[in-house]
Amino acid sequence: MVVDELTDDDIDRIFRALADRTRRDIVRRTMREDASVSGLARRYDMSFAAVQKHVAVLARADLVTKRRRGREQLVRSNPDTVHRAQQLLDQLESTWRDRLDRLGDLLDDTDSESEQP
Amino acid sequence: MTVTDVRKDPTALTMEIVSEFGAPIERVWQLVADPRQLERWWGPPTHPATFTDFDLVPGGRVSYFMTGPEGEKYHGWWRVREVSPPDLLEVQDGFADDDNEPNPDLPVNIMRLEFATVGAVTRMTIRSTFPTIEAMEQTLAMGAEEGMKAALGQIDGLLAA
Repeated sequence: MVVDELTDDDIDRIFRALADRTRRDIVRRTMREDASVSGLARRYDMSFAAVQKHVAVLARADLVTKRRRGREQLVRSNPDTVHRAQQLLDQLESTWRDRLDRLGDLLDDTDSESEQP
Repeated sequence: MTVTDVRKDPTALTMEIVSEFGAPIERVWQLVADPRQLERWWGPPTHPATFTDFDLVPGGRVSYFMTGPEGEKYHGWWRVREVSPPDLLEVQDGFADDDNEPNPDLPVNIMRLEFATVGAVTRMTIRSTFPTIEAMEQTLAMGAEEGMKAALGQIDGLLAA
């Protein structure tokens, strides 16, 4: 999924998928290695069906992929490449630009305060 | 404040951002080295930061938390690698548990801030390096979570209007 090509519906799906704490945790947890739906269910103390629902929401938003291994269903965050890294760096840049804006404003504020009699 | 250069190297998982400020180097350094000033710009307005431990010496520990609109807290820490006022600060930057202990399961990145006087301005160079793309993704996903919540809050506000 390329960010430029996201439709409003895609963005809605991503926002809804990430609006839930458990689903965010599933995405984080499966970044480094696969997790089985049953393993996730144990971890969150949830029913298999409840976790499966969460995973389905994430998969529809293209945030995770599912595959079968025997009787198990494995979940993994979508593999990311250099392109994704670029997007993340863009995000980091914008975090820092926001910080630098605030920093600049702070300097302007304190400078004008000290100029007052 | 002017951002004069941004360099991003996706293969080295590094971002460098250069900015210039019309203030003396000691003044700009204070914005980082004084926790009361730092907390006025570190977190976004929706998630102001509060620094608790603040020991800017090599090996020293800095602890902070950011408070969200509903009172939720996100804890973070720095471990000072190098410090040389008013020119240089390099820290490891990571996440902590709710009890303020560094969480070893969460990624750590290196943040280096360099300051230099260039003519009439102070130049600040920020360099962030991540060990892996997963670490970078995880770090930013956690930061984005706050922004996402703020965005969702705004959507709720619009819907309620």
